[in-house]
Amino acid sequence: MTHPSSGEAVAKPSSSGLGWLLEQRVLLSIAVLAVLPWLLPSQALAVNVLIYGVVVMGYNLLFGYTGLLSFGQAAFFGAGAYFTGIAIGRYGVPWFAAVPIAVLLSTCLAAAIGIVSTRTRGIYFSMVTLALAQLVYYVALQASSFTGGENGLRGFTVDRISLFGFQVNFLDPVNKYYVLMAFAALAMWFQSRILNSPFGAVIEAIRENEQRARACGYDVERSKLIVFMLSGAISSLGGCMLALHLSIVPLDILHYQTSGMIVMMVLLGGARSFFGPFVGAASFLILEDVISLWTPHWQIFVGAIFVLFVLFLPKGIWGTLLDTLRIGKARP
Amino acid sequence: MDLSLIIMQLLSGIALGAVLVITALGLTIVFGMLGVVNFAHGALFMIGAYAGLYLASLTGSFWWGLLLAPILIGAFGMLIEFVLIRRLYGRSIDDPLLLTFGLSYILVEGVRIVFGSDGIPFPTPPQLIGVVDLGIGFFPRYRLFVIALVAVVLLVLWLTLEKTRVGLIVRAGARDPTIMQVLGVDIGRVWLAIFGLGVGLAALGGVLAGPMRSVNPEMGSLVLAEAFVVTVIGGLGSIVGAVVAGLMVGISISMVALFAPEMATIVMFALMAVVLLIRPQGLFGVRGRTA
Repeated sequence: MTHPSSGEAVAKPSSSGLGWLLEQRVLLSIAVLAVLPWLLPSQALAVNVLIYGVVVMGYNLLFGYTGLLSFGQAAFFGAGAYFTGIAIGRYGVPWFAAVPIAVLLSTCLAAAIGIVSTRTRGIYFSMVTLALAQLVYYVALQASSFTGGENGLRGFTVDRISLFGFQVNFLDPVNKYYVLMAFAALAMWFQSRILNSPFGAVIEAIRENEQRARACGYDVERSKLIVFMLSGAISSLGGCMLALHLSIVPLDILHYQTSGMIVMMVLLGGARSFFGPFVGAASFLILEDVISLWTPHWQIFVGAIFVLFVLFLPKGIWGTLLDTLRIGKARP
Repeated sequence: MDLSLIIMQLLSGIALGAVLVITALGLTIVFGMLGVVNFAHGALFMIGAYAGLYLASLTGSFWWGLLLAPILIGAFGMLIEFVLIRRLYGRSIDDPLLLTFGLSYILVEGVRIVFGSDGIPFPTPPQLIGVVDLGIGFFPRYRLFVIALVAVVLLVLWLTLEKTRVGLIVRAGARDPTIMQVLGVDIGRVWLAIFGLGVGLAALGGVLAGPMRSVNPEMGSLVLAEAFVVTVIGGLGSIVGAVVAGLMVGISISMVALFAPEMATIVMFALMAVVLLIRPQGLFGVRGRTA
């Protein structure tokens, strides 16, 4: 397989100073997340932005960068959470070992779902991913001896450990936030590496024109399957973070409403941009927080705002901002 | 296990499948003609059930609910097409899908505001209460009625599409809207009518399902997944596919429920996965368009 010159995808200083700064996307994103608990009204909100940000970022690899509109990302978010909880609670695995195990198992699940769903295209793909994710939901509902069924997974505790001389204590909110942020930073670094690699260029080529990418000699089917697995792996890490954060796993996490929420977040923030998912997760969660203060029917407003975004602001908040500043088009 | 039990269960499966057929048909017709996957289809099914319930209690007769709810909700569907969907023709195929998804949130929450979150029982019309003796066993009268009504609706739909001038325009419009416009057909009006028809069928499915399932704001989400499975198996855009796959799914659910009840919700997804591995475009789908 021949690769295009990877130079165009590798971060390089552009003429404008602001542009150069934005090329340092991983460091910049970490810097923002590091001060997030002090920017937002509550710590709980900051942790949720962190978790959903990682989940949505993983999803953005599939939707924003490859152009595959999946409606089943909740399956991997949920799988990461369930596998982590089951490993800790049922098999007594320490939490830092449960996380890689859970990500690995979730990636296998993504491979299984990907093999079936990447055979289809376009709208078909959306419907198939939604249906297969619902299958995962019903399996979790039925296998209640493992998953707790309708009540969700309960009864596992995240132990306090000492790591390289640091005390890691999940009962302390600040401590917990920064441990989870380390996972998020790892995910961001990984995602950035994927996007900067020749493979990153291939998936963007598939998004722009699948037939041309195929004519160029790329194995489109295999690339789609790989990106589906990578996306599932990153989103499942968000699930692991949620399990560590809550010490329970609600069944709702697997429902297609969660997939829909992930899609909403990426559109609100802006697909195709690196930091957009975090902006989307933050705006969705803040919106939910603020509106639910004065009405229990916050979903009607979220739905309406989402419809308005699809109609008038399809690039989302962050994407539109980047466009306006004309730095989103740094690449030739 | 005796044969008559299996036959009765088969009949139950056909009744279940009949509702799926009607619901999936609305989804597939709208996609086939407009290229739009309506993610609010499940929510409109649910609203159809509520509308049927409300109209039945308002007029004192189930029959008025059955007749008026699909018409009313169908008209509402036309409003949705006119105000929202119409703006998105020519944009990415993902956009109408995303828009209707957002819309489903609004519709579900709207119903919660008006009717509350709890389920409401939908009484079976008095004429259809009880069972019919089929010689080999007793079968609920209402389910027999559902099967018969769906068969009639299918027949009328088929005759309209195949034998009338309107059907000719619709079929031609699906193949080449530009040429139809050149020939002087107002294709925008055809699309408006088709979307209304699709939504009306969702509502009809909702009213019919009412007495068989509990009516609650969440009922649409399960139905949406079911309708997706049926259209994916049958082939998106294929009317014959929706009928065959709907019955197939209904019968498999009901047969599996007989032998392994805990697998009943899962079997249709397994069926879909198998079909996709063999024929990614679905049983009656056209290759190249979607797969």
